[in-house]
Amino acid sequence: MPTTVPTPSLDVASIRRDFPILERKIHGKPLAYLDNTATTQKPASVLKALEDFYRTRNANVHRGVYLLGEEATADYEGAREKVARFVNARAAEDVVFTRGTTESVNLVSNAWGRVNVGKGDVIVSTEMEHHSNLVPWQLLAQERGAILRHIPVDGHGRLDLTDLDRILDGPVKMVSFTWVSNALGTVNPVVELTRRAHAAGALVFVDAAQSVPHMPVDFQATDADFLAFSGHKMLGPTGIGALVAKRKHLEAMPPLFGGGEMIREVTLQHATWADVPSKFEAGTMNYADAIGLGAAIDYLTPLGMDLVHAHGRALACQAMRALQAIPGVTVYGPPIEENRGGVVSFSVDGVHAHDVAGTLDQDGIAVRAGHHCAMPLHARLGVPATARASFTVYNDAAEIDRLAAGVRKVKAVFAR
Amino acid sequence: MSLDDLYRQNILDHYQNPRNWGTLEQPDASAEDSNPLCGDRIRMDLRIKDGRVEDLKFSGEGCSISRAAASMLSEEVIGKTLEEVKALNRDDVLELLGIELGPVRLKCALLALKTLKVGVYGLQGWKEEDES
Repeated sequence: MPTTVPTPSLDVASIRRDFPILERKIHGKPLAYLDNTATTQKPASVLKALEDFYRTRNANVHRGVYLLGEEATADYEGAREKVARFVNARAAEDVVFTRGTTESVNLVSNAWGRVNVGKGDVIVSTEMEHHSNLVPWQLLAQERGAILRHIPVDGHGRLDLTDLDRILDGPVKMVSFTWVSNALGTVNPVVELTRRAHAAGALVFVDAAQSVPHMPVDFQATDADFLAFSGHKMLGPTGIGALVAKRKHLEAMPPLFGGGEMIREVTLQHATWADVPSKFEAGTMNYADAIGLGAAIDYLTPLGMDLVHAHGRALACQAMRALQAIPGVTVYGPPIEENRGGVVSFSVDGVHAHDVAGTLDQDGIAVRAGHHCAMPLHARLGVPATARASFTVYNDAAEIDRLAAGVRKVKAVFAR
Repeated sequence: MSLDDLYRQNILDHYQNPRNWGTLEQPDASAEDSNPLCGDRIRMDLRIKDGRVEDLKFSGEGCSISRAAASMLSEEVIGKTLEEVKALNRDDVLELLGIELGPVRLKCALLALKTLKVGVYGLQGWKEEDES
């Protein structure tokens, strides 16, 4: 009789066989793809869904009354339902398809912002944001004469909420923050931040680009007003993502783009808007890639998002231990005991991040080098650029060993 | 492209012992530029005499490719006329480095040349205005 229950975990060997690109050799070495925060590779099932759709069911959605048009529309709306279930939106209609997180932020900062933000109003963000969650609010603030405030980051790359009451004081209209830092893996307290922002009378926008792909996400449980993510970071195609919102906001907001499909009636002088979400989906949408995103969700769901998160965190912990053991290597972000996404940023004394990444590439290891679209955060940490390894379902412990060996080699090559 | 190709001794040598490193007091021309991809930054100070680059110093922060390119370029440029400097192009920089580069790291390699040209063309503009 077995006396212990094995800890459930992902069957990574089996998962790896689903990703054709992992068969590639890079400079003669097997590919260890460790830049999953930037984008993920695609399983064969997603590639097949795209091909099958184009081969057998393609027609413009919401237009043709012929069979192909009906099928394509059903597939597109089916993908919307998959997204809604995956993040527990209240209804499929609360999901607006966009090109990705960046477009979702810009949609809200423009369509919602221009109506709701005026001179002297306050928009709050944080020092750890991706540029996509900073620049759109800067543009809005410049246009409307609004004020930007930022929740600071502490030395471990965590939000410092000490002064939050002061930051939220006054006519704060929006608090927009990332759930998981793309640069450091920090997991922010979404529920607490949302509660306190609401208590201050503000709405909440959550950048979930690094949380939806890697952990269970329950939009309704967060009580956030808006949540955005990108398909290509969660095993899906590029060019598709979503904005999930409370219905009342979508109904109150004016459309951002005018065109076909987003209207109810049009005269030469006026138009009235279609119901949500069509109001925000002008023109021919990227429906094929939305269907591909649905296939990615079909792939992730049976894996169990709690196991996906545990896997990413375990690899991050292994990488932190292995890298911290190398003299001259500095690892950034929250301490190892704390919850984090599958992201580890590090630097090697005296070696530029580009040279770290360039040397690792010679061994087939793909890591990011740079500021990871978070210049203010790097300024806060006092480093010009870092190297970043980030993990997802198909990464394994052997790749972390290769990463650590590769970093030792970096030190050897660049030793004076 | 192997590791030996990419980090051939020559590049490493220029990276670790950059030639003409530093700044000039009261340079005739000075330019600074950065590569937003990685935060690399280069400043170049030039001393010009009789239409030639008499001295050049560079400083900043960058990866081995961008710093080695700046170092090699500095050696190449000193003594050249401004017209000769203006004629330098990306192939000249790649020839100095002696490696092939993809489009991403090409930006690292060309940052120094870009900065140098900003300095030289800025100088020309200033001279012309001054004379008119």
